[in-house]
Amino acid sequence: MHLLHILHRHRFAYLMLLPGLILSGMFVFYPIFAAVFYAMQDWSGFNADIKFVGFQNFVDLFRDPIFWNAFGRSIYFLAGTVPAQLVLSLMLAMVLNNQLLKLSNLFRTMVFLPVVTPVAVIGIVWTFLLSPFNGPINGLLLDIGLIARPIDFLGSSDTVMPSVIGVYVWKWLGITLIYWLAALQTVPEDVYDAARLDNCKGLRLVVLVVLPIIMPFAVAITLITMVSALNVFPLIMSMTNGGPFFGSEVMEIFIYRTAFASDDGTIPRLGYAAAAGVLFGLMILGLTILQSLATRMARRRAEGVA
Amino acid sequence: MKRLIFGDHQPTSRIALISLAMTALCLIWIYPFVWMLATSLKSNTEIFGNPGLIPESWAWENYARAWTEANMGRYFFNTLFVTVGSVVLVTFATSLMGYILGRFEFPGRTLLFVATVSTVFVPQGFTIIPVFELLSAMGLSTGLLGLTLATSGNAIVIFVVLFAGYFSQLPKELEEAARVEGVSQWQIFWYVMLPLAKPMVVTVLIMQVLNAWNDFLLPLVITLANPAIRTLSVGIYAFKGEQTIDWTGMAAAATISIIPVVLLFILLQRYFINGLAGAVKG
Repeated sequence: MHLLHILHRHRFAYLMLLPGLILSGMFVFYPIFAAVFYAMQDWSGFNADIKFVGFQNFVDLFRDPIFWNAFGRSIYFLAGTVPAQLVLSLMLAMVLNNQLLKLSNLFRTMVFLPVVTPVAVIGIVWTFLLSPFNGPINGLLLDIGLIARPIDFLGSSDTVMPSVIGVYVWKWLGITLIYWLAALQTVPEDVYDAARLDNCKGLRLVVLVVLPIIMPFAVAITLITMVSALNVFPLIMSMTNGGPFFGSEVMEIFIYRTAFASDDGTIPRLGYAAAAGVLFGLMILGLTILQSLATRMARRRAEGVA
Repeated sequence: MKRLIFGDHQPTSRIALISLAMTALCLIWIYPFVWMLATSLKSNTEIFGNPGLIPESWAWENYARAWTEANMGRYFFNTLFVTVGSVVLVTFATSLMGYILGRFEFPGRTLLFVATVSTVFVPQGFTIIPVFELLSAMGLSTGLLGLTLATSGNAIVIFVVLFAGYFSQLPKELEEAARVEGVSQWQIFWYVMLPLAKPMVVTVLIMQVLNAWNDFLLPLVITLANPAIRTLSVGIYAFKGEQTIDWTGMAAAATISIIPVVLLFILLQRYFINGLAGAVKG
């Protein structure tokens, strides 16, 4: 009776929540719980042959070097892309934010072009560009004499991760640029004038004057950039399939391969893959908490000094 | 570089210098696109003999081959269906949910809000298996409808959070005035609040278009069993797997798959830029 009363009183709110609740329930909330459930099963996915194994999958994962390598590469990827993307796009935004630069919008459009291009297309075009067989980049490097033999950028385990990281930053720099430009527009013009009077220029200007003003944006931009960098599956899949010899296998590729496409002929292991997903999610959550704690501490210390 | 910008002597020559440097940088930046376009118009023998960007003979037949052999026409329609469908669904569902979360008090609000915010960080790899199983159980795992639904559910939480933040900032008097007039709750939302949230609607619309057009893991998994519903991204990926030597056909297929979204971007550029900027402002 009481529950019905509440439901009736707020019927409008609950009713309007319904479409969003159904969608997020199906594709966000339910999958999180289901993933944890699947993670405790031994299950190939194709039949009803599903067996509860408790934490066995997690125990196996902890002993699985392929999992740890994939995890390490995911972190490597995050560390390689996020700072580079943030810093380079901020530098570019500072240049393009100049009122006197008439062609600013045109430049912005050109830098943004890779963002609107589907990732899989980007990946495939870059495999051609980086190809050791007649690829234009190797052609250029050979012509100007920088290298003597073509480099197999995506075929060698030394160069594959840096190459993929480079292409990722190229692809998404434009979107971070837009975010920074939006943030920079909130900096009043007279701040620059004042800084100039104080002879504050270059890096000092950015770090001491501009960044503190746009700090709330900077936090949001960093978060968005990090979340996006977790979705590297399409780029790596279309460029290398995770190869050569797992050389670019990040977490998502590991999960996909274990669950759906074990090309080495073994049966798919959905339970094991789900466990990897859960473990990866938890570790990302842990890293996020650590990072936000560190940010908070750094800010508190900065306030203490000031 | 910063000194170049903020120094005040000889501003014109400085600006000219920056413009020149930026032009060079941007041309290098878009070189992959130029190369792709050039390759799509060369013959398969020419790509090895002619490293230049201007084709000797314009091989338009590459496009015909990509359209029919690589099935680009079909995949094009699929991608359009998923994009339009998910944009409509997502905008409708997230604006409503954001409106309620941002402006209403009701039992369970805090719980729902916390639950929503805390899932923003969940990586797609975490949820892909249950999503696939759920669609299979509902008999939707091999159709465009299932793909559209799952694409909609993909990034929904971040949009809800954005809408909730936006709606919560609007003044309270708006609804009160309308309520006095005897306008229904639904009409207040539809005719008063949603139009006011137009900047955020545009943001969500643009971000979802990019999401849907870029999505790969989900369509790849869902189309494993039914190649007929492949999207452009998956289609061109499959084409690469089948045809390792047909560079020109591949370049033509790639060009086909990016033309609509690039045109859309160039035409609606202002909305794209402002819309995305709204994501960090909100």
